[in-house]
Amino acid sequence: MKANSPAERLYNGIIKENPTFVLMLGMCPTLATTTSAINGLGMGLTTMVILAMSNMMISLLRKVIPDGVRMPAYIVIVASFVTIVQFLLQGFIPTLYSALGIYIPLIVVNCIILGRAEAYASKNGVISSLFDGIGMGLGFTIGLTCIGIVRELLGSGKIFGFQLFDGGATIFILAPGAFFVLAMLVAIQNKVKAGKPEKASTGTGCGEAACAGCTNMMCGSRMVSGNEEGGKNA
Amino acid sequence: MSELLHVSSSPHIRSKIKTDNLMKMVVIALLPATLFGIYNFGWRALLLICISVATCVATEGIYETLMHKKLTIGDFSAVVTGLLLALNLPSTAPWWIPVIGGVFAILVVKQLFGGLGQNIMNPALAARCFLLLSFTGQMTNFAPTSGLGKIVDTASGATPLAALKAGEQVDVLSMFLGNTTGTIGETSALALLIGAAFLLAMKVIDFRIPLTYIGSFLVFIILFGGHGLDANYILGQLFGGGLMLGAWFMATDYVTTPITKSGQLVYGVILGILTGLFRLFGASAEGVSYAIIFSNLLIPVIERVTVPVAFGKGGKKE
Repeated sequence: MKANSPAERLYNGIIKENPTFVLMLGMCPTLATTTSAINGLGMGLTTMVILAMSNMMISLLRKVIPDGVRMPAYIVIVASFVTIVQFLLQGFIPTLYSALGIYIPLIVVNCIILGRAEAYASKNGVISSLFDGIGMGLGFTIGLTCIGIVRELLGSGKIFGFQLFDGGATIFILAPGAFFVLAMLVAIQNKVKAGKPEKASTGTGCGEAACAGCTNMMCGSRMVSGNEEGGKNA
Repeated sequence: MSELLHVSSSPHIRSKIKTDNLMKMVVIALLPATLFGIYNFGWRALLLICISVATCVATEGIYETLMHKKLTIGDFSAVVTGLLLALNLPSTAPWWIPVIGGVFAILVVKQLFGGLGQNIMNPALAARCFLLLSFTGQMTNFAPTSGLGKIVDTASGATPLAALKAGEQVDVLSMFLGNTTGTIGETSALALLIGAAFLLAMKVIDFRIPLTYIGSFLVFIILFGGHGLDANYILGQLFGGGLMLGAWFMATDYVTTPITKSGQLVYGVILGILTGLFRLFGASAEGVSYAIIFSNLLIPVIERVTVPVAFGKGGKKE
């Protein structure tokens, strides 16, 4: 795949640098809103819309925004989109709006969005930035939905509200369950990825092989984002 | 000559005490409480204890075989974990409760952190809290089952501690002897104290943690309990719930206690205060389990602030 092509951006966001399972970014909404599959899906899609639009807008304005005040400028752009989406949700999907609560306005300071703005959108073209946002957003959505499905299934025996069996271990709906499920899924995806044969590195700087060896905590946020500045601010 | 000049790497002097000796002594010390639990709650209690121990040992064995690790089921630590877990269950629990609890205790709390000596909290208690949060209904059903003992029925099968929290008077003597409702192993303070005396006599545990724990808990209860020096209330809090089981057998677990002597005193006081806080101001009547696993997490911090001064260091500089 050609670097920065839409398809490559989507693949990068969903699989290679999945924000939830690989970069470990945006942990606060990940842990707090995934009590059910539908909440996880809703949170993920909300974030994806904002991420794609803010990436596009920041990429459009990248030559205009002065370097010294870029962070406040990004925040203003992201906050505008968050406000729009918040009103739309409140108007059209009030159940989701009340379920997600404070986590919708908190998308303004979501580190995935600011991270992608800093690391990608501020340096790349509009189309690839848009697809970077969609890819990352889809990766986040898939991550949150997976966690939500597992938590809902183990915690109350349902998937997307359909009762599969009675009972369930309530702890998976509570906060500790979020940590258990996240850790399990990260471990599983690391195992699956480690099983694949090593591919020739296509990225810049840090090769896949170097990153696969060490744990996510250490280099996930720093190196995979592909540039030092992005890592610091993410 | 060659004997005299024999060269080897340390350690040169080995203690005769081994993990399996210690763990066997803990099992022996738990026997009075276990037998009393079976006497009190009937064969169902025995069944739960067997399932719990078997699950713990089997989980440890299977995990270590699959992971190609050294098999450590011979050191009895899994047996102790299984036994402690079972003693923390109500006798009405369905059979799958100890199975889930045992797998969680050994697999998640113990083995995933690296096995015996590496676990960050007491496996049996962590599993108990996991079960309590997951299956609250089954874990708090203390209705008396058919045992040989005559259980003094307080209001509708509530534990004495819950009755105490509701402001009722409790029968302290039956709480001390154990003819009350509660989890399988916690009811008889007498049986637990016999086991604790055995452990103390064999120097498996020492007084520091249990005494500071119980002492600071009593001070807290007297100060903030709202009953002042009411003997019925204080003794009820002392012999009720899991305090005796927790203080003598679970707060003294070697892996999850501070190494330093002053750290152990700090640990005991933190345990006492937390237990008092949870019991008096928490939603449920019991707080020993949460207090112990929470304090387990503080141990690295406690050890860091209580590092003893090395020989030759410190003192006044001239």
